[in-house]
Amino acid sequence: MNAAMNAIVVDVALRLDEFVLQADLRLPGNGVTVLFGSSGAGKTSLINCIAGLVTPQRGRIAIGERVLFDAQAGIDLPPERRHVGYVFQDGRLFPHLTVASNLRYGVKHGSGAVAFDEVVELLGIGALLKRRPLTLSGGEKQRVAIGRALLSSPQLLLMDEPLASLDAARRAEILPYLERLRDHFALPIVYVTHDRAEAQRLAAHVVLIRTGQVVQQGAPAEVLPAVLLADQG
Amino acid sequence: MLSPEEWSVIELSLRVALIAMLWTLPVAVGLAWLLARRDFFGKSLLDALVHLPLVLPPVVLGYGLLVLLGRKGPIGAWLNDWFGITLAFTWQGAAIAAGVAGLPLAVRAIRLSLDAVDRRLEQAARSLGAGKLRVFATITLPLALPGVLAGAILSFARGLGEFGATITFVADIPGETRTLSLAVHTLLQVPGGEAAAIRLSMISIVLAFLALMGSEYLNRRLAKRLGTRP
Repeated sequence: MNAAMNAIVVDVALRLDEFVLQADLRLPGNGVTVLFGSSGAGKTSLINCIAGLVTPQRGRIAIGERVLFDAQAGIDLPPERRHVGYVFQDGRLFPHLTVASNLRYGVKHGSGAVAFDEVVELLGIGALLKRRPLTLSGGEKQRVAIGRALLSSPQLLLMDEPLASLDAARRAEILPYLERLRDHFALPIVYVTHDRAEAQRLAAHVVLIRTGQVVQQGAPAEVLPAVLLADQG
Repeated sequence: MLSPEEWSVIELSLRVALIAMLWTLPVAVGLAWLLARRDFFGKSLLDALVHLPLVLPPVVLGYGLLVLLGRKGPIGAWLNDWFGITLAFTWQGAAIAAGVAGLPLAVRAIRLSLDAVDRRLEQAARSLGAGKLRVFATITLPLALPGVLAGAILSFARGLGEFGATITFVADIPGETRTLSLAVHTLLQVPGGEAAAIRLSMISIVLAFLALMGSEYLNRRLAKRLGTRP
């Protein structure tokens, strides 16, 4: 797959309570891009724009040739037609469905579909399939949430601080799964975090965001040294 | 123990309350969804209209139904001309009256439970490729089911006890529209009817208890199935 051809264009302006979020990004069409910045910097709002959960005031969002949003052309695909997977900070598993039904919720039948067993094995959740979300630990919930997003066969996977609600031990439990996921699927991932160690470990590309503005972007080795203490809050 | 007339009164009451509940439930879900999730011109007017049967004297409500749905009423005449349906002075009319009286209760219960559904779960479902209708059917409605159940029970109970609107709209016709409340009322009007009135009153108390216990049981099972309780 040609990465340049699948580049992700995110050129948006979105009015938030305190400031205007502005970004004009061309993100690589493979590997992990980390959006880095303190909480409240606008990172989540930015990926909500990509997912179609929030509508920017102007701009354009595209994955390769596929336009998801174009204010001028009047294009605004609803979330369900964007083929963008989303792993939320709080998991958001459906409480009334078993783990297996949660995983299958977004499964599409047809070519290019992600194999169920493969995902279950990769994330080590085979033993959980019959359980209900209420009975899972935080780390297990997050792995199921990741599996559920993967199984919807997205063209792009968004992850919003998937480890933030977990303690250090649970984080250490999940990180290897994220690395396997990154290396196993040819799927671009946009990953939001304010944790430097996570960024260091996962990112191929880092975008540093402060109060709604892109301050710097590039390879982790270039950008991460510029990170201030204030960006990690 | 009970006379055939008394059995027919009970059967009729249950039938009227059940039909009332069945027709109001989908209407109540639709109205509750509109009021909980949509903003539109005239929303507060609709809200007031839905609640009207709760604050209106039941007799006025029944009179209103008679004016609209009676043989010569605008809707009643149309129903009669085109479908041969008559509502006034029939048990079906009693089910309409009972349903209208219970509608605001059902709408309120369902609306509360719709408000309590986590919208973020709906967003998650959309991001997984589910359109609005599928999200409603597979996420919103199942999670709001305890409220729908509560609404159903309230509507059923209100239907079972309905008196004023019923007697005004469909009158008190033995075997056709004489439900429990109407029968008790009639028995109290005649000398020596007191014993029978007490029997029927006891039966309505038992029915009310059964409905409440049934709903409590269903609610507990639902909570388990919905994963809100282990």
